[in-house]
Amino acid sequence: MIGIEHYIVVSAVLFVLGVLGIFLNRKNVIVILMAIELILLAVNINLVAFSAFLGDMTGQVFAMFVLTVAAGEAAIGLAILVIYFRGRGTIAVDDVNRMKG
Amino acid sequence: MQLQSSLALIAPEIVLSLAGLALLLIAAWSRNAGRLVTILAAVALGGASVLVAPALCSGAMGPDTLAFEGQFAADAFASFAKILIFVSAIACLMVAPRFFDRDGAIRAEYPVLMLFAALGMAIMVSATDFMTLYIGLELNSLAAYVLASFMRSDDRSAEAGLKYFVLGALASGILLYGISLVYGFTGTTSFEGARAAMSGELSMGMLFGLIFVLAGLAFKIAAVPFHMWTPDVYEGAPTPVTTFFATAPKVAAVALTARVALDAFGMQMDAWRQIVIFAALASIVVGALGAIGQSNLKRLLAYSSINNVGFILIGLAAGTAAGVSAMLVYLAIYVAMSLGSFVAVLMLRNAQGEQVEGLADIAGLSSTRPLLALCLAVMMFSLAGIPPLFGFWGKFVVFWAAVEADLVALAAIGIAASVIGAFYYIKVVKVMYFDEPAGVVTGRSDWAHWLILGVTTAAMSPLGYLLTRVLGDLADRAAEALLFVA
Repeated sequence: MIGIEHYIVVSAVLFVLGVLGIFLNRKNVIVILMAIELILLAVNINLVAFSAFLGDMTGQVFAMFVLTVAAGEAAIGLAILVIYFRGRGTIAVDDVNRMKG
Repeated sequence: MQLQSSLALIAPEIVLSLAGLALLLIAAWSRNAGRLVTILAAVALGGASVLVAPALCSGAMGPDTLAFEGQFAADAFASFAKILIFVSAIACLMVAPRFFDRDGAIRAEYPVLMLFAALGMAIMVSATDFMTLYIGLELNSLAAYVLASFMRSDDRSAEAGLKYFVLGALASGILLYGISLVYGFTGTTSFEGARAAMSGELSMGMLFGLIFVLAGLAFKIAAVPFHMWTPDVYEGAPTPVTTFFATAPKVAAVALTARVALDAFGMQMDAWRQIVIFAALASIVVGALGAIGQSNLKRLLAYSSINNVGFILIGLAAGTAAGVSAMLVYLAIYVAMSLGSFVAVLMLRNAQGEQVEGLADIAGLSSTRPLLALCLAVMMFSLAGIPPLFGFWGKFVVFWAAVEADLVALAAIGIAASVIGAFYYIKVVKVMYFDEPAGVVTGRSDWAHWLILGVTTAAMSPLGYLLTRVLGDLADRAAEALLFVA
Protein backbone atom coordinates (compact mmCIF):
# COMPACT_ATOMS: atom_id res chain seq x y z
CA MET A 1 0.00 0.00 0.00
CA ILE A 2 1.40 3.37 -1.00
CA GLY A 3 0.88 5.92 1.77
CA ILE A 4 1.53 9.63 2.24
CA GLU A 5 5.10 8.91 3.40
CA HIS A 6 6.05 7.54 -0.01
CA TYR A 7 4.86 10.68 -1.71
CA ILE A 8 6.77 12.89 0.72
CA VAL A 9 9.95 10.89 0.19
CA VAL A 10 9.66 11.06 -3.62
CA SER A 11 9.03 14.78 -3.52
CA ALA A 12 11.94 15.33 -1.09
CA VAL A 13 14.24 13.38 -3.41
CA LEU A 14 13.11 15.42 -6.43
CA PHE A 15 13.56 18.66 -4.50
CA VAL A 16 17.11 17.75 -3.45
CA LEU A 17 17.94 16.70 -7.03
CA GLY A 18 16.68 20.06 -8.27
CA VAL A 19 18.72 22.05 -5.76
CA LEU A 20 21.84 19.98 -6.46
CA GLY A 21 21.20 20.42 -10.17
CA ILE A 22 21.50 24.18 -9.71
CA PHE A 23 24.61 24.15 -7.55
CA LEU A 24 26.64 21.25 -8.95
CA ASN A 25 25.89 21.85 -12.60
CA ARG A 26 28.92 23.26 -14.47
CA LYS A 27 27.65 22.82 -18.00
CA ASN A 28 24.98 25.19 -19.20
CA VAL A 29 22.15 27.36 -18.04
CA ILE A 30 19.41 25.31 -19.72
CA VAL A 31 20.12 22.54 -17.21
CA ILE A 32 19.54 25.07 -14.43
CA LEU A 33 16.12 25.91 -15.90
CA MET A 34 15.30 22.20 -15.92
CA ALA A 35 16.41 21.89 -12.29
CA ILE A 36 14.08 24.77 -11.35
CA GLU A 37 11.18 22.96 -13.01
CA LEU A 38 12.12 19.85 -11.04
CA ILE A 39 11.85 21.80 -7.77
CA LEU A 40 8.42 23.12 -8.71
CA LEU A 41 7.25 19.61 -9.66
CA ALA A 42 8.42 18.32 -6.29
CA VAL A 43 6.28 21.00 -4.65
CA ASN A 44 3.31 20.00 -6.77
CA ILE A 45 3.61 16.34 -5.81
CA ASN A 46 3.66 17.42 -2.17
CA LEU A 47 0.63 19.67 -2.56
CA VAL A 48 -1.49 17.14 -4.43
CA ALA A 49 -0.53 14.27 -2.13
CA PHE A 50 -1.34 16.30 0.99
CA SER A 51 -4.55 17.47 -0.62
CA ALA A 52 -5.68 13.90 -1.25
CA PHE A 53 -4.52 12.79 2.19
CA LEU A 54 -6.32 15.60 4.01
CA GLY A 55 -9.42 15.47 1.80
CA ASP A 56 -9.05 19.22 1.25
CA MET A 57 -9.22 20.89 -2.16
CA THR A 58 -6.95 23.85 -1.32
CA GLY A 59 -3.78 21.94 -2.16
CA GLN A 60 -4.97 21.10 -5.66
CA VAL A 61 -6.00 24.69 -6.33
CA PHE A 62 -2.56 25.76 -5.14
CA ALA A 63 -0.95 23.22 -7.49
CA MET A 64 -2.83 24.80 -10.40
CA PHE A 65 -1.46 28.23 -9.45
CA VAL A 66 2.05 26.81 -9.21
CA LEU A 67 1.76 25.21 -12.67
CA THR A 68 0.60 28.50 -14.21
CA VAL A 69 3.30 30.59 -12.59
CA ALA A 70 5.95 27.98 -13.48
CA ALA A 71 5.02 28.35 -17.15
CA GLY A 72 5.41 32.12 -16.95
CA GLU A 73 8.68 31.76 -15.08
CA ALA A 74 10.10 29.39 -17.71
CA ALA A 75 9.10 31.80 -20.49
CA ILE A 76 10.84 34.73 -18.80
CA GLY A 77 13.90 32.62 -17.99
CA LEU A 78 14.30 31.54 -21.60
CA ALA A 79 13.78 35.11 -22.84
CA ILE A 80 16.54 36.39 -20.55
CA LEU A 81 18.75 33.52 -21.68
CA VAL A 82 18.22 34.49 -25.32
CA ILE A 83 19.32 38.11 -24.80
CA TYR A 84 22.24 36.87 -22.74
CA PHE A 85 23.30 34.50 -25.55
CA ARG A 86 23.00 37.29 -28.14
CA GLY A 87 25.43 39.43 -26.21
CA ARG A 88 27.95 36.80 -25.18
CA GLY A 89 27.62 33.93 -27.65
CA THR A 90 27.72 31.30 -24.90
CA ILE A 91 25.47 29.92 -22.17
CA ALA A 92 28.11 27.96 -20.26
CA VAL A 93 27.71 28.45 -16.50
CA ASP A 94 31.43 29.13 -15.98
CA ASP A 95 31.30 32.09 -18.36
CA VAL A 96 28.68 33.96 -16.32
CA ASN A 97 31.37 35.93 -14.53
CA ARG A 98 31.52 39.43 -15.95
CA MET A 99 31.02 40.77 -12.41
CA LYS A 100 33.02 39.48 -9.46
CA GLY A 101 34.04 40.69 -6.04
CA MET B 1 -22.51 42.25 -0.45
CA GLN B 2 -19.35 40.56 0.72
CA LEU B 3 -17.89 40.84 -2.76
CA GLN B 4 -18.57 44.57 -2.80
CA SER B 5 -16.80 45.21 0.49
CA SER B 6 -13.90 43.05 -0.66
CA LEU B 7 -13.59 44.98 -3.90
CA ALA B 8 -13.67 48.26 -1.99
CA LEU B 9 -10.78 47.05 0.16
CA ILE B 10 -8.60 46.21 -2.83
CA ALA B 11 -9.32 49.51 -4.64
CA PRO B 12 -5.62 50.54 -4.79
CA GLU B 13 -4.68 47.21 -6.37
CA ILE B 14 -7.55 47.51 -8.87
CA VAL B 15 -6.33 50.98 -9.85
CA LEU B 16 -2.80 49.68 -10.39
CA SER B 17 -3.79 46.63 -12.41
CA LEU B 18 -6.22 48.53 -14.65
CA ALA B 19 -3.64 51.28 -15.16
CA GLY B 20 -1.02 48.66 -15.99
CA LEU B 21 -3.21 46.98 -18.58
CA ALA B 22 -4.34 50.28 -20.16
CA LEU B 23 -0.77 51.59 -20.35
CA LEU B 24 0.34 48.31 -21.91
CA LEU B 25 -2.18 48.92 -24.69
CA ILE B 26 -0.99 52.51 -25.17
CA ALA B 27 2.58 51.24 -25.32
CA ALA B 28 1.66 48.60 -27.88
CA TRP B 29 -0.17 50.97 -30.21
CA SER B 30 1.87 54.14 -30.24
CA ARG B 31 5.58 54.47 -30.75
CA ASN B 32 7.66 56.79 -28.62
CA ALA B 33 5.01 56.94 -25.91
CA GLY B 34 7.64 56.21 -23.26
CA ARG B 35 7.53 59.58 -21.57
CA LEU B 36 3.73 59.81 -21.59
CA VAL B 37 3.38 56.29 -20.17
CA THR B 38 5.95 57.08 -17.48
CA ILE B 39 3.99 60.14 -16.36
CA LEU B 40 0.68 58.26 -16.39
CA ALA B 41 2.21 55.37 -14.41
CA ALA B 42 3.47 57.82 -11.79
CA VAL B 43 -0.02 59.36 -11.60
CA ALA B 44 -1.57 55.90 -11.13
CA LEU B 45 0.88 55.12 -8.32
CA GLY B 46 0.11 58.47 -6.73
CA GLY B 47 -3.61 57.72 -6.93
CA ALA B 48 -3.08 54.33 -5.34
CA SER B 49 -1.12 55.94 -2.48
CA VAL B 50 -3.99 58.36 -1.86
CA LEU B 51 -6.43 55.43 -1.72
CA VAL B 52 -4.18 53.61 0.72
CA ALA B 53 -3.59 56.55 3.08
CA PRO B 54 -6.94 56.52 4.99
CA ALA B 55 -6.39 52.95 6.25
CA LEU B 56 -3.02 53.99 7.66
CA CYS B 57 -4.21 57.24 9.25
CA SER B 58 -7.22 55.59 10.91
CA GLY B 59 -5.11 52.62 12.04
CA ALA B 60 -7.44 50.08 10.38
CA MET B 61 -7.21 46.58 11.84
CA GLY B 62 -9.23 43.49 12.61
CA PRO B 63 -11.89 41.57 10.67
CA ASP B 64 -13.17 44.67 8.84
CA THR B 65 -9.95 44.87 6.85
CA LEU B 66 -10.10 41.28 5.59
CA ALA B 67 -11.12 40.81 1.97
CA PHE B 68 -12.10 37.61 0.10
CA GLU B 69 -12.72 35.52 3.20
CA GLY B 70 -9.39 36.16 4.86
CA GLN B 71 -7.14 35.97 1.79
CA PHE B 72 -6.12 39.61 1.91
CA ALA B 73 -5.80 42.22 4.66
CA ALA B 74 -5.92 45.94 3.90
CA ASP B 75 -4.85 46.95 7.42
CA ALA B 76 -2.66 49.79 8.66
CA PHE B 77 0.46 47.64 8.54
CA ALA B 78 0.00 46.81 4.87
CA SER B 79 -0.85 50.45 4.15
CA PHE B 80 2.35 51.70 5.77
CA ALA B 81 4.41 49.36 3.57
CA LYS B 82 2.35 50.16 0.47
CA ILE B 83 2.91 53.90 0.80
CA LEU B 84 6.67 53.35 1.05
CA ILE B 85 6.53 51.03 -1.99
CA PHE B 86 4.48 53.40 -4.14
CA VAL B 87 6.55 56.45 -3.23
CA SER B 88 9.82 54.71 -4.07
CA ALA B 89 8.33 53.42 -7.34
CA ILE B 90 7.32 56.99 -8.26
CA ALA B 91 10.85 58.21 -7.50
CA CYS B 92 12.34 55.47 -9.69
CA LEU B 93 9.99 56.49 -12.52
CA MET B 94 11.01 60.15 -12.18
CA VAL B 95 14.72 59.49 -12.60
CA ALA B 96 14.35 56.95 -15.42
CA PRO B 97 13.76 59.06 -18.58
CA ARG B 98 17.03 60.94 -18.23
CA PHE B 99 18.96 57.68 -17.73
CA PHE B 100 17.50 55.90 -20.74
CA ASP B 101 17.80 59.00 -22.99
CA ARG B 102 21.44 58.10 -23.49
CA ASP B 103 20.60 55.23 -25.84
CA GLY B 104 17.38 56.43 -27.42
CA ALA B 105 14.23 57.44 -25.59
CA ILE B 106 12.80 55.52 -22.62
CA ARG B 107 10.80 52.50 -23.71
CA ALA B 108 7.24 52.24 -22.46
CA GLU B 109 7.80 48.75 -21.05
CA TYR B 110 9.77 50.21 -18.15
CA PRO B 111 6.89 52.05 -16.42
CA VAL B 112 4.47 49.21 -17.19
CA LEU B 113 6.75 46.61 -15.61
CA MET B 114 7.25 48.97 -12.69
CA LEU B 115 3.47 49.16 -12.19
CA PHE B 116 3.08 45.38 -12.23
CA ALA B 117 5.99 44.97 -9.83
CA ALA B 118 4.39 47.52 -7.48
CA LEU B 119 1.07 45.68 -7.77
CA GLY B 120 2.77 42.39 -6.88
CA MET B 121 4.39 44.00 -3.86
CA ALA B 122 1.08 45.51 -2.71
CA ILE B 123 -0.44 42.02 -2.83
CA MET B 124 2.56 40.61 -0.95
CA VAL B 125 2.31 42.96 1.99
CA SER B 126 -1.44 42.41 2.26
CA ALA B 127 -1.29 38.62 1.99
CA THR B 128 -2.85 36.69 4.85
CA ASP B 129 -2.82 33.39 3.02
CA PHE B 130 0.12 31.49 1.55
CA MET B 131 -1.59 31.40 -1.84
CA THR B 132 -1.98 35.19 -1.99
CA LEU B 133 1.60 35.49 -0.76
CA TYR B 134 2.88 33.31 -3.60
CA ILE B 135 0.94 35.11 -6.33
CA GLY B 136 2.07 38.55 -5.12
CA LEU B 137 5.67 37.43 -4.75
CA GLU B 138 5.79 35.95 -8.26
CA LEU B 139 4.08 38.94 -9.86
CA ASN B 140 6.75 41.12 -8.32
CA SER B 141 9.63 38.76 -9.12
CA LEU B 142 8.71 38.09 -12.75
CA ALA B 143 8.53 41.83 -13.44
CA ALA B 144 11.79 42.37 -11.56
CA TYR B 145 13.72 39.75 -13.58
CA VAL B 146 12.80 41.56 -16.78
CA LEU B 147 13.63 44.97 -15.29
CA ALA B 148 17.10 43.75 -14.24
CA SER B 149 17.94 42.73 -17.82
CA PHE B 150 16.26 45.80 -19.30
CA MET B 151 19.35 47.17 -21.09
CA ARG B 152 19.37 44.44 -23.71
CA SER B 153 22.52 45.70 -25.41
CA ASP B 154 24.54 45.74 -22.18
CA ASP B 155 26.35 42.51 -21.21
CA ARG B 156 26.30 43.30 -17.52
CA SER B 157 22.55 43.93 -17.48
CA ALA B 158 21.80 40.60 -19.20
CA GLU B 159 24.10 38.81 -16.77
CA ALA B 160 22.42 40.52 -13.80
CA GLY B 161 19.03 39.45 -15.11
CA LEU B 162 20.19 35.87 -15.55
CA LYS B 163 21.69 35.65 -12.07
CA TYR B 164 18.67 37.28 -10.49
CA PHE B 165 16.36 34.93 -12.35
CA VAL B 166 18.19 31.72 -11.39
CA LEU B 167 18.61 32.60 -7.72
CA GLY B 168 15.15 34.18 -7.46
CA ALA B 169 13.52 31.11 -8.95
CA LEU B 170 15.47 28.90 -6.57
CA ALA B 171 14.28 31.06 -3.66
CA SER B 172 10.68 30.78 -4.83
CA GLY B 173 11.12 27.02 -5.08
CA ILE B 174 12.46 26.77 -1.54
CA LEU B 175 9.67 29.01 -0.25
CA LEU B 176 7.04 26.94 -2.04
CA TYR B 177 8.44 23.68 -0.72
CA GLY B 178 8.18 25.14 2.78
CA ILE B 179 4.62 26.26 2.09
CA SER B 180 3.69 22.77 0.87
CA LEU B 181 5.05 21.26 4.09
CA VAL B 182 3.22 23.82 6.23
CA TYR B 183 0.04 23.07 4.31
CA GLY B 184 0.48 19.33 4.73
CA PHE B 185 1.14 19.42 8.44
CA THR B 186 -1.35 22.13 9.41
CA GLY B 187 -4.04 21.32 6.84
CA THR B 188 -4.57 24.94 5.79
CA THR B 189 -2.90 27.69 3.78
CA SER B 190 -4.29 30.63 5.74
CA PHE B 191 -2.03 32.41 8.23
CA GLU B 192 -4.77 32.30 10.84
CA GLY B 193 -5.25 28.55 10.43
CA ALA B 194 -1.53 27.86 10.48
CA ARG B 195 -1.25 29.92 13.65
CA ALA B 196 -3.96 27.91 15.36
CA ALA B 197 -2.52 24.58 14.20
CA MET B 198 0.95 25.52 15.41
CA SER B 199 -0.11 26.57 18.90
CA GLY B 200 0.92 23.25 20.44
CA GLU B 201 4.08 21.21 20.04
CA LEU B 202 5.93 21.86 16.76
CA SER B 203 6.10 18.67 14.69
CA MET B 204 9.13 17.83 12.53
CA GLY B 205 7.27 18.59 9.30
CA MET B 206 6.11 21.99 10.57
CA LEU B 207 9.63 22.85 11.69
CA PHE B 208 11.05 22.01 8.25
CA GLY B 209 8.26 24.01 6.62
CA LEU B 210 8.99 27.01 8.83
CA ILE B 211 12.73 26.86 8.06
CA PHE B 212 12.19 26.55 4.30
CA VAL B 213 9.69 29.43 4.26
CA LEU B 214 12.06 31.68 6.20
CA ALA B 215 15.00 30.68 3.98
CA GLY B 216 13.02 31.56 0.86
CA LEU B 217 12.05 34.93 2.34
CA ALA B 218 15.65 35.59 3.44
CA PHE B 219 16.65 35.28 -0.24
CA LYS B 220 14.12 37.94 -1.17
CA ILE B 221 15.29 40.42 1.48
CA ALA B 222 18.95 39.58 0.71
CA ALA B 223 19.83 38.55 4.26
CA VAL B 224 23.03 36.57 4.88
CA PRO B 225 23.54 33.60 4.11
CA PHE B 226 21.31 34.14 1.07
CA HIS B 227 22.77 37.45 -0.07
CA MET B 228 25.26 36.42 -2.77
CA TRP B 229 23.13 37.60 -5.69
CA THR B 230 22.80 41.15 -4.37
CA PRO B 231 26.13 42.78 -5.33
CA ASP B 232 26.13 41.35 -8.86
CA VAL B 233 22.51 42.22 -9.57
CA TYR B 234 22.83 45.72 -8.11
CA GLU B 235 25.95 46.39 -10.14
CA GLY B 236 24.67 44.98 -13.42
CA ALA B 237 21.10 46.27 -13.46
CA PRO B 238 20.47 49.75 -14.91
CA THR B 239 20.85 52.28 -12.07
CA PRO B 240 17.16 53.37 -11.88
CA VAL B 241 16.26 49.68 -11.58
CA THR B 242 18.91 49.20 -8.89
CA THR B 243 17.38 52.14 -7.04
CA PHE B 244 14.06 50.35 -7.26
CA PHE B 245 15.49 47.00 -6.08
CA ALA B 246 17.14 48.62 -3.08
CA THR B 247 13.92 50.26 -1.92
CA ALA B 248 10.47 48.91 -2.83
CA PRO B 249 11.01 45.10 -3.01
CA LYS B 250 13.05 45.31 0.17
CA VAL B 251 10.14 46.98 2.00
CA ALA B 252 7.67 44.46 0.59
CA ALA B 253 9.77 41.41 1.47
CA VAL B 254 10.55 42.67 4.99
CA ALA B 255 6.88 43.46 5.65
CA LEU B 256 5.90 40.05 4.31
CA THR B 257 8.50 38.33 6.49
CA ALA B 258 7.20 40.19 9.53
CA ARG B 259 3.63 39.15 8.81
CA VAL B 260 4.54 35.52 8.21
CA ALA B 261 6.76 35.34 11.29
CA LEU B 262 4.41 37.12 13.70
CA ASP B 263 1.07 35.98 12.30
CA ALA B 264 1.42 32.53 10.72
CA PHE B 265 4.31 31.42 12.94
CA GLY B 266 3.41 33.73 15.81
CA MET B 267 2.90 30.92 18.32
CA GLN B 268 6.36 29.49 17.68
CA MET B 269 8.43 32.59 18.28
CA ASP B 270 11.33 30.66 19.85
CA ALA B 271 11.64 28.52 16.73
CA TRP B 272 12.13 31.39 14.27
CA ARG B 273 13.72 33.93 16.56
CA GLN B 274 17.13 32.22 16.58
CA ILE B 275 17.09 32.07 12.76
CA VAL B 276 16.24 35.77 12.52
CA ILE B 277 18.89 36.72 15.10
CA PHE B 278 21.53 34.73 13.22
CA ALA B 279 20.53 36.28 9.89
CA ALA B 280 20.53 39.77 11.44
CA LEU B 281 24.02 39.51 12.95
CA ALA B 282 25.50 37.75 9.92
CA SER B 283 24.00 40.40 7.58
CA ILE B 284 25.39 43.27 9.62
CA VAL B 285 28.89 41.76 9.74
CA VAL B 286 29.05 40.47 6.15
CA GLY B 287 27.53 43.69 4.80
CA ALA B 288 30.10 45.78 6.65
CA LEU B 289 33.13 43.63 5.80
CA GLY B 290 32.12 42.98 2.19
CA ALA B 291 31.85 46.67 1.38
CA ILE B 292 35.46 47.32 2.35
CA GLY B 293 37.58 47.21 -0.78
CA GLN B 294 34.74 47.69 -3.25
CA SER B 295 35.63 50.16 -5.97
CA ASN B 296 32.20 50.37 -7.60
CA LEU B 297 29.68 52.64 -5.88
CA LYS B 298 26.65 50.51 -6.80
CA ARG B 299 28.37 47.42 -5.42
CA LEU B 300 29.29 49.31 -2.28
CA LEU B 301 25.68 50.38 -1.81
CA ALA B 302 24.58 46.76 -2.37
CA TYR B 303 26.67 45.68 0.61
CA SER B 304 25.29 48.65 2.50
CA SER B 305 21.76 47.38 1.83
CA ILE B 306 22.72 43.90 3.13
CA ASN B 307 24.10 45.62 6.22
CA ASN B 308 20.87 47.59 6.71
CA VAL B 309 18.69 44.50 6.39
CA GLY B 310 20.52 43.19 9.44
CA PHE B 311 19.43 46.20 11.50
CA ILE B 312 15.87 45.85 10.24
CA LEU B 313 15.81 42.19 11.27
CA ILE B 314 16.89 43.14 14.81
CA GLY B 315 13.55 44.94 15.13
CA LEU B 316 11.76 41.80 13.95
CA ALA B 317 13.78 39.58 16.31
CA ALA B 318 12.41 41.58 19.26
CA GLY B 319 9.00 40.25 18.24
CA THR B 320 7.09 42.90 20.20
CA ALA B 321 4.85 45.75 19.02
CA ALA B 322 7.71 48.14 19.84
CA GLY B 323 10.05 45.99 17.75
CA VAL B 324 7.76 45.99 14.72
CA SER B 325 7.22 49.72 15.06
CA ALA B 326 10.99 50.29 15.25
CA MET B 327 11.45 48.07 12.20
CA LEU B 328 8.95 50.15 10.22
CA VAL B 329 10.58 53.43 11.27
CA TYR B 330 13.96 52.04 10.20
CA LEU B 331 12.47 50.88 6.89
CA ALA B 332 11.09 54.35 6.14
CA ILE B 333 14.43 55.98 6.95
CA TYR B 334 16.31 53.32 4.99
CA VAL B 335 14.14 53.93 1.92
CA ALA B 336 14.87 57.66 2.05
CA MET B 337 18.62 57.06 2.49
CA SER B 338 18.75 54.52 -0.36
CA LEU B 339 16.78 56.74 -2.70
CA GLY B 340 19.06 59.66 -1.89
CA SER B 341 22.32 57.78 -2.33
CA PHE B 342 21.32 56.00 -5.55
CA VAL B 343 19.95 59.21 -7.07
CA ALA B 344 23.26 60.88 -6.19
CA VAL B 345 25.06 58.03 -8.01
CA LEU B 346 22.70 58.55 -10.97
CA MET B 347 23.75 62.21 -11.10
CA LEU B 348 27.41 61.31 -11.62
CA ARG B 349 27.99 61.81 -15.34
CA ASN B 350 31.11 62.56 -17.33
CA ALA B 351 31.45 65.21 -20.04
CA GLN B 352 29.91 62.87 -22.66
CA GLY B 353 26.86 62.39 -20.44
CA GLU B 354 27.72 58.77 -19.62
CA GLN B 355 27.16 57.36 -16.15
CA VAL B 356 30.23 56.91 -13.99
CA GLU B 357 30.06 54.71 -10.92
CA GLY B 358 33.64 54.09 -9.79
CA LEU B 359 34.78 55.22 -6.37
CA ALA B 360 37.91 56.74 -7.94
CA ASP B 361 35.80 58.86 -10.30
CA ILE B 362 34.28 60.87 -7.46
CA ALA B 363 37.66 61.90 -6.04
CA GLY B 364 37.62 65.58 -5.17
CA LEU B 365 33.94 65.90 -6.00
CA SER B 366 33.63 68.62 -3.36
CA SER B 367 35.61 71.09 -5.46
CA THR B 368 33.86 70.39 -8.80
CA ARG B 369 30.26 69.71 -7.65
CA PRO B 370 30.11 70.97 -4.03
CA LEU B 371 26.34 70.66 -3.57
CA LEU B 372 26.19 67.10 -4.89
CA ALA B 373 29.19 66.14 -2.72
CA LEU B 374 27.48 67.64 0.32
CA CYS B 375 24.26 65.70 -0.30
CA LEU B 376 26.14 62.43 -0.83
CA ALA B 377 28.17 63.08 2.32
CA VAL B 378 24.96 63.61 4.33
CA MET B 379 23.63 60.29 2.99
CA MET B 380 26.85 58.47 3.87
CA PHE B 381 27.01 59.88 7.42
CA SER B 382 23.33 59.09 7.83
CA LEU B 383 23.81 55.48 6.64
CA ALA B 384 26.68 55.17 9.09
CA GLY B 385 24.29 56.30 11.84
CA ILE B 386 26.25 59.30 13.04
CA PRO B 387 24.13 61.19 15.59
CA PRO B 388 23.05 64.59 14.33
CA LEU B 389 21.68 62.96 11.19
CA PHE B 390 18.38 61.13 10.99
CA GLY B 391 19.89 57.73 10.13
CA PHE B 392 20.93 57.57 13.77
CA TRP B 393 17.32 57.65 14.92
CA GLY B 394 16.46 54.48 12.98
CA LYS B 395 19.32 52.56 14.57
CA PHE B 396 18.47 54.00 17.99
CA VAL B 397 14.82 52.85 17.99
CA VAL B 398 15.74 49.40 16.68
CA PHE B 399 18.39 48.85 19.35
CA TRP B 400 16.08 50.28 22.02
CA ALA B 401 13.38 47.76 21.06
CA ALA B 402 15.94 44.94 21.19
CA VAL B 403 17.13 45.98 24.65
CA GLU B 404 13.55 46.19 25.92
CA ALA B 405 12.93 42.65 24.61
CA ASP B 406 15.92 41.41 26.67
CA LEU B 407 18.15 40.97 23.64
CA VAL B 408 20.97 43.05 25.11
CA ALA B 409 23.74 40.87 23.63
CA LEU B 410 22.23 41.17 20.16
CA ALA B 411 22.03 44.96 20.46
CA ALA B 412 25.61 45.17 21.74
CA ILE B 413 27.03 43.10 18.87
CA GLY B 414 24.94 45.08 16.40
CA ILE B 415 26.26 48.40 17.67
CA ALA B 416 29.85 47.11 17.57
CA ALA B 417 29.42 45.89 13.99
CA SER B 418 27.86 49.18 12.89
CA VAL B 419 31.18 50.81 13.78
CA ILE B 420 32.90 48.58 11.19
CA GLY B 421 30.30 49.75 8.69
CA ALA B 422 31.10 53.38 9.41
CA PHE B 423 34.60 52.79 8.00
CA TYR B 424 33.58 52.48 4.36
CA TYR B 425 30.88 55.14 4.49
CA ILE B 426 33.42 57.61 5.81
CA LYS B 427 35.90 56.43 3.20
CA VAL B 428 33.52 57.64 0.49
CA VAL B 429 33.36 61.04 2.19
CA LYS B 430 37.14 61.14 2.48
CA VAL B 431 37.55 60.37 -1.24
CA MET B 432 35.12 63.17 -2.13
CA TYR B 433 36.59 65.81 0.16
CA PHE B 434 40.30 65.13 0.57
CA ASP B 435 41.54 63.39 -2.59
CA GLU B 436 42.97 65.12 -5.67
CA PRO B 437 40.07 66.07 -7.99
CA ALA B 438 39.69 63.47 -10.76
CA GLY B 439 37.63 65.92 -12.81
CA VAL B 440 35.53 63.13 -14.30
CA VAL B 441 32.11 64.20 -13.09
CA THR B 442 31.21 67.24 -15.14
CA GLY B 443 27.81 66.38 -16.66
CA ARG B 444 24.64 68.21 -15.69
CA SER B 445 21.57 66.82 -13.91
CA ASP B 446 17.90 67.64 -14.34
CA TRP B 447 15.35 68.94 -11.85
CA ALA B 448 13.81 65.54 -10.99
CA HIS B 449 17.12 64.29 -9.59
CA TRP B 450 17.70 67.49 -7.62
CA LEU B 451 14.15 67.36 -6.26
CA ILE B 452 14.48 63.78 -4.94
CA LEU B 453 18.00 64.37 -3.65
CA GLY B 454 16.97 67.64 -2.00
CA VAL B 455 13.95 66.15 -0.26
CA THR B 456 15.80 63.08 0.99
CA THR B 457 18.79 65.12 2.13
CA ALA B 458 16.51 67.49 4.04
CA ALA B 459 14.75 64.53 5.64
CA MET B 460 18.05 62.92 6.66
CA SER B 461 19.50 66.18 8.01
CA PRO B 462 18.79 67.08 11.65
CA LEU B 463 15.52 68.60 10.36
CA GLY B 464 14.32 65.00 10.08
CA TYR B 465 13.84 64.85 13.84
CA LEU B 466 10.73 66.98 13.37
CA LEU B 467 9.23 63.87 11.76
CA THR B 468 9.94 61.47 14.61
CA ARG B 469 6.56 62.05 16.26
CA VAL B 470 4.47 61.53 13.11
CA LEU B 471 6.55 58.63 11.85
CA GLY B 472 6.51 56.96 15.26
CA ASP B 473 2.72 57.35 15.58
CA LEU B 474 2.04 55.85 12.17
CA ALA B 475 4.49 52.99 12.78
CA ASP B 476 2.89 52.27 16.17
CA ARG B 477 -0.53 52.04 14.56
CA ALA B 478 0.78 49.76 11.84
CA ALA B 479 2.49 47.50 14.37
CA GLU B 480 -0.67 47.33 16.45
CA ALA B 481 -2.65 46.27 13.37
CA LEU B 482 -0.12 43.53 12.61
CA LEU B 483 -0.26 42.13 16.14
CA PHE B 484 -4.04 42.46 16.41
CA VAL B 485 -4.60 38.69 16.31
CA ALA B 486 -2.10 38.06 19.08
